[in-house]
Amino acid sequence: MMGGYVEGIIAILCINLMFAYGVYLTAASGQLNLGGAGFQAIGAYVAGVCSNSLGFPIFFSVLGGVLGAGLIGFLISFPVLRTRGVYMVLATFAFALVVSGVILNTDFLGGATGMVVTAYTPVEVLILATLLTILLVFWLMASRIGLVMRAVHDDDVVSEIMGVNVRGVQVFAFTLGGALAGLSGALYAHHYSFIEAQYFSALLSIFVLLFVLIGGTQTAWGPLFGASFFTLVPEVLRLGDTEWRYVIFGILIVLMMIFRPEGIITRTLVHRVIMVFNRSGGH
Amino acid sequence: MSDPILQISNVSKSFGGLKVLEDVSFNLTPGQRFGLIGPNGAGKTTVFNLLSGVYAVDRGSVVLAGKDITNLPIRERIGLGLSRSFQNIRLMPHLSVIENVLMGQHCQSSQITEMLKPINWMKNNKWKQRAMETLENAGLKVDPGSTVGELPYGVRKKIEVVRALMSKPSVLMLDEPAAGLNARETSELADFLHEISTRNVTLLLVEHDMNFIHALCERVAVLNFGSKIFEGTPKEVNRDKAVLEAYLGTSTLEASDAA
Repeated sequence: MMGGYVEGIIAILCINLMFAYGVYLTAASGQLNLGGAGFQAIGAYVAGVCSNSLGFPIFFSVLGGVLGAGLIGFLISFPVLRTRGVYMVLATFAFALVVSGVILNTDFLGGATGMVVTAYTPVEVLILATLLTILLVFWLMASRIGLVMRAVHDDDVVSEIMGVNVRGVQVFAFTLGGALAGLSGALYAHHYSFIEAQYFSALLSIFVLLFVLIGGTQTAWGPLFGASFFTLVPEVLRLGDTEWRYVIFGILIVLMMIFRPEGIITRTLVHRVIMVFNRSGGH
Repeated sequence: MSDPILQISNVSKSFGGLKVLEDVSFNLTPGQRFGLIGPNGAGKTTVFNLLSGVYAVDRGSVVLAGKDITNLPIRERIGLGLSRSFQNIRLMPHLSVIENVLMGQHCQSSQITEMLKPINWMKNNKWKQRAMETLENAGLKVDPGSTVGELPYGVRKKIEVVRALMSKPSVLMLDEPAAGLNARETSELADFLHEISTRNVTLLLVEHDMNFIHALCERVAVLNFGSKIFEGTPKEVNRDKAVLEAYLGTSTLEASDAA
């Protein structure tokens, strides 16, 4: 059996990975979503209500959270996609604040005191869901859907001339991205058995976007690296000088942004690694 | 003469108070190599942007193979056979060579079953094979996996032509394809385009390099300040007074009487 500390880290790593892939899908198609925590909160609360009030089995409660967050992602994409650049960042950010505000003011959801979710999901389920999420996103990015998303990221006008339904691609990314963030929230609710609006904060939205941007948006490896790095490195630094660990961590982030402005994992890097791998394997 | 494949009739376009195109008309017959020339700012690229739908036409009509496409959404045009390149290379900088070329096939492969196939994991995918073949036919010897942002200008320019060809266009519009190429590359490009046109692809070229136009085009139209001032063969264009005046200046103030 895993120790409690290691299990705790694996659980949060799984939640962060699924969450990061949710935000990654929109970023990969060129839209920055700074409202990740809003989608995660919707997934958590919908799943919590399904579980507590409707008495759904855990699987269907989690599915409810996924569909709920996906539906909101779909609906919110239409007004959000009318904005561009920094205004889109602000629009998604505002969306997350609205979600948080609604939860805080709804007594049925426990308001500021939070909600206890009685059904419990062990860490193994989180690991399985995370592996499936990673597989899904890697497969998407290996297909023409991923190709089209990356093309829209690079040049939406030319993509449209190539026959791509650019708006459709962007709506798809928001919908599936919302669903994956919702999945992370729904499993969070069932693993930790307690959710509160304060957890799904602006800082969380910022962190998950940082996972994605620093990991790199060009390949599905980016969020895997980014979320793992941000989750594990503070723990590794804990082994050394505790007082300075966040200073060291902050310096690491700044250095990564200076030396790898397109993210740590780029398409070129992946291609070079594959070439080296093929060369050494071929002889 | 066969029916025109592309008919541009009395097209006008203004940006605010600025008239960019005024009553421009010309027709392309199937398989023709047609050059669109004129001084900087004459409206050549605007014609391309109107044809590909990037800008809306103010007045006039565009008919492709008998179908009025004047107000057709941008993304539906490539499927009808209209494909283009760009004056400033507009490849997707973060995609590899082959991925850029694969994008050119999008209109033929956008069924959901094709979209879901993980082509990066497949060794023998028909779309990838077709893309590789077209790259080879164009004489491009580059690592298909390299990111285009890192490649030299002349190579990127050629990849853009290949991408535009992947949709199997009936009309291929190339915006200054020879710009920035050296003499040898330019003559290779002319040969390549000549060969393409023998496969019944109609070429519409915007170009400044008159040698290139002479080597390739059967017919040219000259734009100046948004109006067509001449249409004829490349030989005739050199003798036309209005064209000479548009390029070299004039002793009188008005050159429009010649148009």
